[in-house]
Amino acid sequence: MGMKLVVVGNGMVGHRLLEELVALRPPGLEITVLCEESRPAYDRVHLSEFFAGKSADELSLVAPGFFEQAGITVRLATRAVGIDRAIKRVTTSDGGVIAYDKLVIATGSVPFVPSIPGNDRDGCLVYRTLDDLDALSDWGRRSSHGVVVGGGLLGLECAKALRDMGLETHVVEFASRLMAVQVDDAGGQLLRKSIEDLGLVVHTGKNTLDIGDGETKRHRMTFADGSHLETDLIVFSAGIRPRDELAGACELGVGQRGGIMVDNFCRTRDRDVYAIGECAQWGGKVFGLVAPGYEMARVVANHLNALLVRSQAPVLPEFVGADMSTKLKLMGVDVASIGDAHGATPGSRTYQFSDGHRQVYKKLVVSQDGKRLLGGVLVGDAADYGTWLQMMLNGLELPESPESLILPAIEGAKPGLAVDALPATAQICSCNNVSKAQLCEAVAAGATSIGALKQATRAGTTCGGCVPLVTQIMKAEMKRQGLAVNNHLCEHFPYSRQELYHLVRVERIRRFDELLARHGHGLGCDICKPVAASILASCWNEFVLQKEHASLQDSNDYFLANIQKDGTYSVVPRMPGGEVTPDSLIRIGEIARKYGLYTKLTGGQRVDMFGARVEQLPSIWEELIEAGFESGHAYGKSLRTVKSCVGSTWCRYGVQDSVGKAIDLENRYKGLRSPHKLKFAVSGCTRECAEAQSKDVGIIATEKGWNLYVCGNGGMKPRHAELLAGDLDGDTLVRCIDRFLMFYIRTADRLQRTSVWRDNLEGGMDYLRDVVVNDSLGIAEELEAEMKHVVDTYECEWKRAVNDPQVRRRFRHFVNSDAGDDRVAFAPVRGQLRPATAREKETRFGRLPTPVTTE
Amino acid sequence: MRRAKKANWISVCELDDIVPDTGVCVLVCGEQVAVFRLSGGGLHAIGNVDPVSGASVLARGIVGNLGGQVVVASPIHKQHFDLRTGACLESPGVGVRAWPVRCEGCTVQVRYDTA
Repeated sequence: MGMKLVVVGNGMVGHRLLEELVALRPPGLEITVLCEESRPAYDRVHLSEFFAGKSADELSLVAPGFFEQAGITVRLATRAVGIDRAIKRVTTSDGGVIAYDKLVIATGSVPFVPSIPGNDRDGCLVYRTLDDLDALSDWGRRSSHGVVVGGGLLGLECAKALRDMGLETHVVEFASRLMAVQVDDAGGQLLRKSIEDLGLVVHTGKNTLDIGDGETKRHRMTFADGSHLETDLIVFSAGIRPRDELAGACELGVGQRGGIMVDNFCRTRDRDVYAIGECAQWGGKVFGLVAPGYEMARVVANHLNALLVRSQAPVLPEFVGADMSTKLKLMGVDVASIGDAHGATPGSRTYQFSDGHRQVYKKLVVSQDGKRLLGGVLVGDAADYGTWLQMMLNGLELPESPESLILPAIEGAKPGLAVDALPATAQICSCNNVSKAQLCEAVAAGATSIGALKQATRAGTTCGGCVPLVTQIMKAEMKRQGLAVNNHLCEHFPYSRQELYHLVRVERIRRFDELLARHGHGLGCDICKPVAASILASCWNEFVLQKEHASLQDSNDYFLANIQKDGTYSVVPRMPGGEVTPDSLIRIGEIARKYGLYTKLTGGQRVDMFGARVEQLPSIWEELIEAGFESGHAYGKSLRTVKSCVGSTWCRYGVQDSVGKAIDLENRYKGLRSPHKLKFAVSGCTRECAEAQSKDVGIIATEKGWNLYVCGNGGMKPRHAELLAGDLDGDTLVRCIDRFLMFYIRTADRLQRTSVWRDNLEGGMDYLRDVVVNDSLGIAEELEAEMKHVVDTYECEWKRAVNDPQVRRRFRHFVNSDAGDDRVAFAPVRGQLRPATAREKETRFGRLPTPVTTE
Repeated sequence: MRRAKKANWISVCELDDIVPDTGVCVLVCGEQVAVFRLSGGGLHAIGNVDPVSGASVLARGIVGNLGGQVVVASPIHKQHFDLRTGACLESPGVGVRAWPVRCEGCTVQVRYDTA
């Protein structure tokens, strides 16, 4: 027998329920989802990133095709307006009636707007949905000054959004400190100072009595202490209220302070109706974090599944409350609150450490006997969050002097968390409920990089707070399994690519044989030789075909062309920015026709010519060089192209000269050898016709300058680039790209694209931004100088090759004959030539491939 | 004239024609042979046609060693061939012919054995 399930709400928690159900695949389940918003589920935790350049699509939590594949009916922009429990029907805003067997209410919460006269004036907003964000950015454009009412977690997130929009931003808080729930007075003070240093104005202890017309700005807020504040726009972010009105109207049982009352299976008093997430109340508490909501979703999914499967009564998961510890980064300031942060447990002892200079505050709450950690507060540096949380959750015994946990590490003397001490059941990722055992299993199954582990387990993919700990566990587990965290390049070098790069730089090694003699053994191989060639080229930029480097090159680099399946090559001349004159285009056509080459446009806005025999390459290039072309480096692990849209020169919408910028950048970085290929694009306006967000380096013009996106790619696993810095002027843009590329070249693994490299950087994009934009490692000058050397020493490899008789004579198929390879054969296709198939060759030449079998 | 049924050393190129640790392709009585020169002085010759892809490219591969075997990697899909025997390391039973090769003075010679 089937079951009709109706889910009201498609927020983060409502959607997680669907994902859990789809994973369990119970038989006969028919799901209808009502979603009040016009978009299905998106990531509200990272909502403020919308203002830092993330698009609504990127915030989406719905995998492409999810609803279709799972056969779920989803009704967008449709609100549930009534529940008739007697006949089990839900009425919708468009007058529809839907029958259910089981109903799940996941309506979430609404922002709490204090009842202040004038709170409904124009320009008084809330901050919860993408539509709210649209309204906010709309008002933001017409304002120069904004106030956030509420200095809690969400209020400060919202203040960041206002600041990102360039408004003078004030925070008005009723309590005497910021984040009153999570941190104590001392922590709140330090947080306030850090935030004020960023240019925000904080008002605490302010009770707003009235909002009316302002004299110099749109509104005037009048406070109980007689003071006032004028502003153009006000955002209320003073907490949340569960959306329980549907339940209230059908007498489902709603708590005094809001929230639909549920039991351990998240059932309401009606056995056929569940409530999960922020609209639910369990044990007198509403949980305003996503992790408990996800846990509720898991509980309900398993409960429904058990009802349908009916085979036996397994032990079902129950919701038994949740740890409300939290860690977040507010405008670059780390804040974390763990367990009993205020030391409310009778007899508990507290330790505090405060460093006014570094703006760090730490507080530790321990049990009376000093053996167990009960809670803590971290402001300014929350690196210890994961460790402390695990100590608390697992009741690990503390070191003899617990204060050592909060004192600054002296020579690494700080007692860390031995991950081996964690029990297998320890929950490492609370957002996605991933245990240590699950991580270890995934490592054993082959997930031996942090990127792979995230994909396999979902750990670290929501708030990211546990990533350092996940990394530690991964390394420890690999070591334990004897996988020996072996990042050796190959049997010839007991070093990673990054380590080899440093050896080459520091010891100023210029030749492979020198590198092999000092740091390796054997003859080398097809792994380490091209890596060494690439490192040597990135560092010293010598001609890749000069005698001592030639034998290291892959066939592509050895013949400066792309080898194809039949041993012929393709030729790609550079067309910076995709710009080409009619005359040059005609010359390309003439040359291709003369040598009988198959021509095709590439995705990078240039022309690829296929079917060139090795002995033809120098003469083809002589003619291309004569026509003004340079090597396009399509054969190298190096900069390929900088794609561009036509930009402000012609386009009605363009705001900057994207073609000119693309040409400048392509000419700057052409010939740069890197761990993998690099693709750029420049768009002249936010319409993004150059698809820059799918590139390793993507640049999008703004009214004020350029937004720089990095670490995107197409290919097997497409990936959007992320905003590294916004509104840059031309010089700063180039400096940032210089640093970014050189940092990548320094630290990436062999054949690691920028996106995978970024996934494996501990600290992710925040860390990368710190290094590239804020120069947190103090290496920016060095990186820029290294890039300058490469830029200054550029020469066209093909020009050098055709003019060097020693190099040129290598471009023969036979060293003892001028004949060509008689095994290359072509057949016609759509007016051009393609390689003949094996069968065609057989009929033409008889059975030629004669592989000799050796035993 | 009938070739005698005995070993023929055929001169194919000068030693200087081969950049150390690379290969060249030579034509020996209509057959394509890849001749490799190692920087340690060794010479090796194997068939030039990659039996996996069917392309005549083995002379253009990167030379190196895997454990005790001196190998070349096919530039098409990177299978390794033992330079001494011609055997493919990845696929037992697949391989190319290995040719005797020597250096006479400065001249590289491949031995062509008529069957």
